[in-house]
Amino acid sequence: MKLNIPAFVAALAVLLSAAHAETVRLAVTTSFHNSGLSDTLLPAIQQELGIEVQLLVVGTGQALRLGRNGDVDALLVHSRDAEEQFVAEGFGVRRCELMYNDFVLIGPKDDPAGVAAAASAAAALSAIATFEKRFVSRGDDSGTHTRELHIWSLADLDPDEFGSWYSEVGAGMGASLNTASALNAYILSDRASWLAFGNKGALALLYSGDAELHNQYAFLQVSQARHSHVKAELASRVERWLSGPRGGELINGFRLQGESLFRHNASCNG
Amino acid sequence: MNDFLQGLIEAFRLLVTLDQDLVEITLRSLQVSLTAVLIATAIGAPLGSWLAVTRFRGRRQAIACINALMGLPPVVVGLFVYLLFSRSGPFGVLGLLFTPTAMIIAQVFIATPLVVSISHQGLRELWAQYHDLLISLNTSKRQRMTTLIWDGRRALLTAALAGFGRAIGEVGAIMIVGGNIDQATRVLTTAIALETSKGNFSLALGLGIILILLAIAVNLAIHNLLRTERASLW
Repeated sequence: MKLNIPAFVAALAVLLSAAHAETVRLAVTTSFHNSGLSDTLLPAIQQELGIEVQLLVVGTGQALRLGRNGDVDALLVHSRDAEEQFVAEGFGVRRCELMYNDFVLIGPKDDPAGVAAAASAAAALSAIATFEKRFVSRGDDSGTHTRELHIWSLADLDPDEFGSWYSEVGAGMGASLNTASALNAYILSDRASWLAFGNKGALALLYSGDAELHNQYAFLQVSQARHSHVKAELASRVERWLSGPRGGELINGFRLQGESLFRHNASCNG
Repeated sequence: MNDFLQGLIEAFRLLVTLDQDLVEITLRSLQVSLTAVLIATAIGAPLGSWLAVTRFRGRRQAIACINALMGLPPVVVGLFVYLLFSRSGPFGVLGLLFTPTAMIIAQVFIATPLVVSISHQGLRELWAQYHDLLISLNTSKRQRMTTLIWDGRRALLTAALAGFGRAIGEVGAIMIVGGNIDQATRVLTTAIALETSKGNFSLALGLGIILILLAIAVNLAIHNLLRTERASLW
């Protein structure tokens, strides 16, 4: 039997592309997944758009790296400066703000540094530094870590000069919360991860509400000009759906333990 | 203590209800690690046997290197395989990243040094016994290696099972190259890491118990299949 090689290759290509055609890889931050929001959105996307979204749950730093290397089709992250740089360098098509929630300060229930009554987020962190109470930092270049460092700088403090009460654990939100829970320490978390966290121990939500704690999530499509294999068409359909009315309805309607967690505020620039 | 009890209860519940997600990730764990060990043994057994019958310059250094590679941190292997198969890496065009195939490749790197080292140790002792006989029969090197592999199959089985143990319990490498994608690349160990990060300790512990039971079941099944470790066949 003589093999018809071109036909064989064509058939193989069709087979392979059929198997992958409707799959989009999305790198997301832990809060999007651990809160359970993805369990609401992904089945709806699958059903209404016929697109299977495969999630890679990583920190913002690693997500941006995967995007730069072209290993994912889109990102859902929360670190504005890094995102704008990603787009400016040509790795992202544009930055599409999608939704927000807020960061919260978690700490021991008896609040030895008295942060619950603080006037601002910066004042709350200053109090922890003054009393040198245990503080757990993500230390992993994630969106939450970046924000924590920003607030220390607002308080005119430099974590590099802190003593042993300041622990950089270099881990994801969940692992860091586990450490904080074991040490009975203060920690900055996003509200969704905190609410969904199952090992709260003696910790409680102590401070929230400062405008500096606003946590904006953005959707970034990886540029096809950089990485030709990226599924740009599918990714932009997901982007349109998420920023459109249907995505908004599901995001605003998502509740965890009776609390509404994310507010939809879609706006795309570029 | 309460966490341990909860973990046991959780394991029992998952097993009794035959939770569909559990079945899926368990089968994927088996598929990835068994395939990896099969490949690692296909590479490692001949290499171990070759090391046993061959004397060459730098042999000791080569053995020392292989023994050291047994301690290779899985995260490093994961990063290495990620860089190879990333779209920006040399094999990026294959599009293998975040697939079970990439996970198998990573685990082959992890298991092979272990299989080589343990099979070499076992076959070396056999070679000491067979040395004079095989030399006097004027056998070729290939014949000597084949004889050692066949007569030393018990030692090779131990090597393969040790490799399987390292592969099935490994999380660092497959987390990076597999991505722990639900219904695509999630396996038992990455699911345990995920549940731990969510603070769901009892579920994580329950999955851990199932992982151990699975490893025991595989070991017993292989001993049964190959009729080893039985009194009459020692």
